[in-house]
Amino acid sequence: MSGYPESLRESIKLVEKTRAERVEKAKRGEIFKPLTMEQRKEVLSKFHPDYMEGTKRVVNVGPDKGEMFPNELADLLEAHSRINPKDFDLNNYDLETDVLVIGGGGAGSSAAIMAAYQGARVILATKLRHGDANTVMAEGGIQAADQEVDSPYYHFLDTMGGGHFLNDRKIVASLTSDAPIIASWLEKLGMMFDKYPDGRMKVRHGGGTCRKRMHSCGDMTGSEIMRVLRDEVRNHPDKIEVIEFSPAVELLLDENGRCAGAILYNLETEEYIVVKAKAVIMATGGFGRLHFNGFPCTNHYGATADGIVMAYRAGIKLRFMDSVQYHPTGVVFPEQNVGLLITEKVRGLGATLLNKYGQEFVFPLEPRDVESACIIRECTERGNGVVTPTGRLGVWLDSPMIDMLEGEGTVKRELPAKYIQFIRHGIDISKEPMLIFPTIHYQNGGLWMDENARTQIEGLYSAGEVSGGVHGRNRLMGNSLLDILVFGRRAGLHAGEYVKNVKIGKLTLEHVVKYEQELEQAGIKTDRIAPMILPDYIREEVKAKEKTSRYFGTLR
Amino acid sequence: MKGILLTGDKPIIPEGTKMVPVYIMGKKYDVPETLTIQKALEYAGYQLIRGCGCRGGICGACATVYRIMGDHKLYFGLACQTVVKENMVLTQIPFYPYKRRIHDIDNLEPTAETMAKIYPEIMKCVGCNTCTRACPMEIKVMDYINAAIRGDIERCAKLSLDCILCGLCTSRCPAQITHYNVGMLARRLTGAKIFKSAEHLKARVQEIQSGKYEPFLRELIEASEEELKRRYVEEREWEPLDSKEKGWKPQDQRYL
Ligand SMILES: Cc1cc2nc3c(=O)[nH]c(=O)nc-3n(C[C@H](O)[C@H](O)[C@H](O)COP(=O)(O)OP(=O)(O)OC[C@H]3O[C@@H](n4cnc5c(N)ncnc54)[C@H](O)[C@@H]3O)c2cc1C
Ligand code: SF4
Ligand code: SF4
Ligand code: FES
Repeated sequence: MSGYPESLRESIKLVEKTRAERVEKAKRGEIFKPLTMEQRKEVLSKFHPDYMEGTKRVVNVGPDKGEMFPNELADLLEAHSRINPKDFDLNNYDLETDVLVIGGGGAGSSAAIMAAYQGARVILATKLRHGDANTVMAEGGIQAADQEVDSPYYHFLDTMGGGHFLNDRKIVASLTSDAPIIASWLEKLGMMFDKYPDGRMKVRHGGGTCRKRMHSCGDMTGSEIMRVLRDEVRNHPDKIEVIEFSPAVELLLDENGRCAGAILYNLETEEYIVVKAKAVIMATGGFGRLHFNGFPCTNHYGATADGIVMAYRAGIKLRFMDSVQYHPTGVVFPEQNVGLLITEKVRGLGATLLNKYGQEFVFPLEPRDVESACIIRECTERGNGVVTPTGRLGVWLDSPMIDMLEGEGTVKRELPAKYIQFIRHGIDISKEPMLIFPTIHYQNGGLWMDENARTQIEGLYSAGEVSGGVHGRNRLMGNSLLDILVFGRRAGLHAGEYVKNVKIGKLTLEHVVKYEQELEQAGIKTDRIAPMILPDYIREEVKAKEKTSRYFGTLR
Repeated sequence: MKGILLTGDKPIIPEGTKMVPVYIMGKKYDVPETLTIQKALEYAGYQLIRGCGCRGGICGACATVYRIMGDHKLYFGLACQTVVKENMVLTQIPFYPYKRRIHDIDNLEPTAETMAKIYPEIMKCVGCNTCTRACPMEIKVMDYINAAIRGDIERCAKLSLDCILCGLCTSRCPAQITHYNVGMLARRLTGAKIFKSAEHLKARVQEIQSGKYEPFLRELIEASEEELKRRYVEEREWEPLDSKEKGWKPQDQRYL
């Protein structure tokens, strides 16, 4: 029995009609013609949300005053703090440590482990459970140039090309030359890499790579990395204290302008906790939950740009922060899964994209931004999108081609997690296509940092998706899992050294006071507050009934 | 955006969708029958703090237990993946106390003795298979515990590979075993001690540490943008898909 309703089955029939011929063509090596550079430019400028009019605005406060940012991010940058600095007596801090790591994803966990290896005492504070993060969601793989026919040199070139040559080159040199060190560290920690019996790593191509260097653990690479790191953190309770459900809301500086801790918010008791630290590592991940232009996203629940807001208030500049990565293939049906990622691997294995008539309209392996723009064009200007029962638009991703090209059982073997996710809704993706539309996926830019993960504020480090510069304006698949571990490790190592000699002066929230003044001077009148911490998914109808007008105690 | 219906993460509920009663921790709410448990909780007005992570079936934060009213059976699922049913009585188990022994993976051997020493309670498994029935990932949990007991560490690792650490098995076990930590240990032992280590990787790390690639990377750091683009376009030979079978080698080996 098919999980697709009658209304969609008609279009599926058209897809089935053209399938045999498409498979034959693929076998002969014939492909849909990729766009020329000029055509790419044109479709991007007209149909990619980043380039569309009205999606960005100027921000009038902070270190990047005058720059353009996506509206939803600009709103957070032009917002008040959650706290009033006057309410805090910073001489009486609640906790004290050498290194405070903010964020418990892959970047934060590897930083914590490395700092602990250096002998530092570490607090790892995280918003949700330790490991509930984008890291756990990564399916495809992690890059490292470890084969004889490859080298960091080629990895460097590929990465620059992917980022339109705008990446920070020194950072890319760290990324690519540390990659094998990271793979080797993971191997030693006991990560179950896909390997040949003799121990050789199984490697594949990714979009934009000239050599095969994508390492994986099935389609659960991020999940495997995350659980190994989380487990290793638990081996060092004497050194690393993990505090869950306690997001940071502001950074603390000392009187000499060094970073000196943060204020945490206990989501359950609603208390604020002042943590004094000799160094802070920002590792809060990305921003998919801002839902730019109303798009759905692939990200985890806590991806709300908190680290960007906190560090920006403290004076850190941002780079490439106007660049949002839309992944071309997000789910649009069933409604329950809207926005979830369908990995690039599906197209890598041979599935093509089709409009409602079962016709091809785009080369399936264009760069992510171009592919997304082409899908949006097909659905809007050309009017060839498939309409779901809830009124959404999408195009088909013809996964049944994979078994026909690569042999029966390939879909189940190569995409087990996706297979389960769809079969739960009665759709067998080895026999029926998937309906897709672009979805927000990745924060290409972020905090300004250097090749050792240092920011411009002494004692403040930045690691992982929250940082900018590594990927320029576009990230290659498999370079992010690498990024978070390379710079998590470097941040941990450097912070671990740095704290041995630094003396922290009097703590201050003066930067927050100044930021509030800037807001006022810029004439920004708003009741917005940031960081966001969690997205607001409560219905208006419910909110309208939340009419408490006076609080007694904490009951609201 | 013009011409496209976009609602962030808010589900679209078509007119005429049937509303069904569900009982969240025993309290009745009417929700559209098309929603997942997670979105039904939000529809009812819950701001989720615990019990919600990836929203995509891979983090294990949203473990949920439910019955259908009038039915004696207990069901298990992930709130973000399970669609509500009429008269569902549900609770989330966002946390369940667990046992986790500290260990040093470098100094452990992948044997039955190791497993029994670190998690001796596995020996008390009564073979009831309740853990397997509770697993939302359809993992043969009892079988991987038995593999651990027998010392077949690799089998334990492979059987537990899809584990998302949701803890439902652990909440149900009469022998009080923390299954997912047993699987975790077996997988780390397999990755570190049973799988052969990658010799080519070791060699590459040594090359990097000896500084072999520094001059190559410096060339790229210092190159003009034009030169970088030229090398990107002209000097990257593409490794064919069947390179391993063919024993492919690039022509240009200066930078290997
Ligand atoms: C579905 C999906 C698939 C992907 N596939 C791949 C892939 O195949 N290959 C690849 O290389 N990359 C992939 N990526 C990208 C990659 O997974 C992420 O970019 C990367 O894991 C980010 O790691 P991180 O540690 O920087 O952030 P995260 O893993 O997101 O961790 C950030 C942590 O910080 C916490 N946090 C947030 N705000 C606060 C706060 N205020 N205080 C305290 N803690 C806070 C969060 O709760 C979270 O635990 C994928 C991403 C997604 C979403
Ligand atoms: S629930 Fe416990 S006792 Fe029962 S089979 Fe599973 S491990 Fe054994
Ligand atoms: S084995 Fe246990 S912890 Fe792992 S997914 Fe299954 S029920 Fe959850
Ligand atoms: S929220 Fe992550 S598995 Fe459901």
